[in-house]
Amino acid sequence: MLSRLGLRAVALGYLLVVLLAPLAMVFYRTFESGLEPVWQTLSDPGTIHAFKVTLIATAIAVPLNTVFGILCGLAIVRRRFRGKGLLNAFIDLPLAVSPVVIGLALYLLYGRTGWFGSWLSTHGFQVLFAMPAIVLATIFVSVPFVAREVIPTLRELGNEQEQAAATLGATRWQRFWRITLPSIRWAVIYGVVLTTARCLGEYGAVAIVSGRIVDKTETATTLVEDLTLDFNTAGAYAVSLVLATIAVLVLVAMTLIRPREGRA
Amino acid sequence: MSIEIRNVTKRFGTFTAVDDVSLEIPQGSLTAILGPSGSGKSTLLRIVAGLERPDSGEIRLAGEDATRLAPQRRDVGFVFQHYAAFKHMTVRDNVGFALSIRKRPKKEIRERVDELLALVQLQGFADRYPSKLSGGQRQRMALARALAAKPQVLLLDEPFGALDARVRAELRDWLRRLHEEVHVTTVFVTHDQEEAMEVSDRVAVLNQGHLEQVGSPADLYDRPASEFVLRFLGDAFRLGDQFVRPHEIVLDRLPRDGAIEVEIERIVVVGADVRVELVDGNGRRMTARLRRDDVDELELVRGEIVWAAAEQHHRLHGELSADDLEASQALG
Repeated sequence: MLSRLGLRAVALGYLLVVLLAPLAMVFYRTFESGLEPVWQTLSDPGTIHAFKVTLIATAIAVPLNTVFGILCGLAIVRRRFRGKGLLNAFIDLPLAVSPVVIGLALYLLYGRTGWFGSWLSTHGFQVLFAMPAIVLATIFVSVPFVAREVIPTLRELGNEQEQAAATLGATRWQRFWRITLPSIRWAVIYGVVLTTARCLGEYGAVAIVSGRIVDKTETATTLVEDLTLDFNTAGAYAVSLVLATIAVLVLVAMTLIRPREGRA
Repeated sequence: MSIEIRNVTKRFGTFTAVDDVSLEIPQGSLTAILGPSGSGKSTLLRIVAGLERPDSGEIRLAGEDATRLAPQRRDVGFVFQHYAAFKHMTVRDNVGFALSIRKRPKKEIRERVDELLALVQLQGFADRYPSKLSGGQRQRMALARALAAKPQVLLLDEPFGALDARVRAELRDWLRRLHEEVHVTTVFVTHDQEEAMEVSDRVAVLNQGHLEQVGSPADLYDRPASEFVLRFLGDAFRLGDQFVRPHEIVLDRLPRDGAIEVEIERIVVVGADVRVELVDGNGRRMTARLRRDDVDELELVRGEIVWAAAEQHHRLHGELSADDLEASQALG
């Protein structure tokens, strides 16, 4: 009994110090000097643009990584091919490598002297310090989440239901839409939620490749840093607050989804 | 639809699951593929359904080559041992799946599903999810689902294997009656010889990927083509150089032609019968099944030496060679 209480206290205490306290601090600091500076920053066209950039990058990265994650999961669980282990390992690469390193890699690849960059710039495409680089960085860092959720669910599902559907006349396409996808839907949704959260919060890689041009390639997360450096702490807190609120909403969505997993 | 399996071989790595099997299944028959686990019986059934592709050989359905045909184009119904219920669909949607895939009108699907649910006695369960059904109910749902599109062939892979004994017996009877009503060519796989003998009108015995024998249940029991079939279809013992079933052993106090001396190890009364456990001079054990009257008349006692002979013995169809005899003696 005592040990159980002790364990609980340690777990909660750890979360309080590491997660909740800083978060609470943001809430507190944001409204410390009233609503006026908060509103001023949030209604600033530069801020709105930064959020827009973040949302566009997320809106592109999430669907792409969802499709990729599902296909990847199916390939890894259902198929036998050479390099399967390698693919499985590569999916986790973005989790293992620091986003800063990813940013640097993209910078070297797409910079004016990079492999792709030199070719692209001679053909008039601007990747680095523009929207494409931000999107690429966001996609890169959020690759693993859907695949990582889908793979164990597919393993557990097995393929007997699909075989049954095949003998009942369903084509490969019908089997996917009517059997496989509905069976893994909660894993996909959970993966999408995690991917979205990761995309919205991405900083390291984007900070390097975006160039942080105000009203052009500034994202919500890089804006927080810029505002801090400008001594606009209230503004920085306000933007952080919006990001934190989105994160909390995502968390709430997740807890609403989770218990349903067992029901399907 | 008739099924022809011609020289089918299937390997998994270095393991040969099905080894050059040829088997004809006539239109409208109810055939059992019987064998121990690992004999390749399920693999053979899955090859017929198109769920596995043979390494060599041919599958012909209704006289047409179907070896490379996808399962969804074979017009077969398949029932899996573990039901393979679509967990995210209600019983109604499960059963109606084949029809909804074929884009039939809603009304027609509804009527056909109701008809099938009545056939498998699941009328009140249409709106439940499979997780809320018992094993027997799930398997009946799976059967209804397999029958929905009126397939030409019904294939069942150990359909009752995961159910308890009482439900299994019920479903066996039910399958037998269903076949009499619907007359669809039916093949089912089982490792239970009693199930195979009871339900089917033809039995194909498979052992280590080889087809041992095909025939009616009585044929197989009375005229087994190999020692494997003889032993697999029921207890059998070597008596001298013959094989006998327990009920074919006669005991006597006096020697007669072909009789050998045995010692009575144990006498067990089982209802109207008596099981007499015997051991011969070479230490080989066998069990005789006698009528109680006979035992009383002979006044058999444990530890006694008596003469055992075969009332009727099995000459194996293919006649054993000297090597086989030695091998089986070595096995005891």
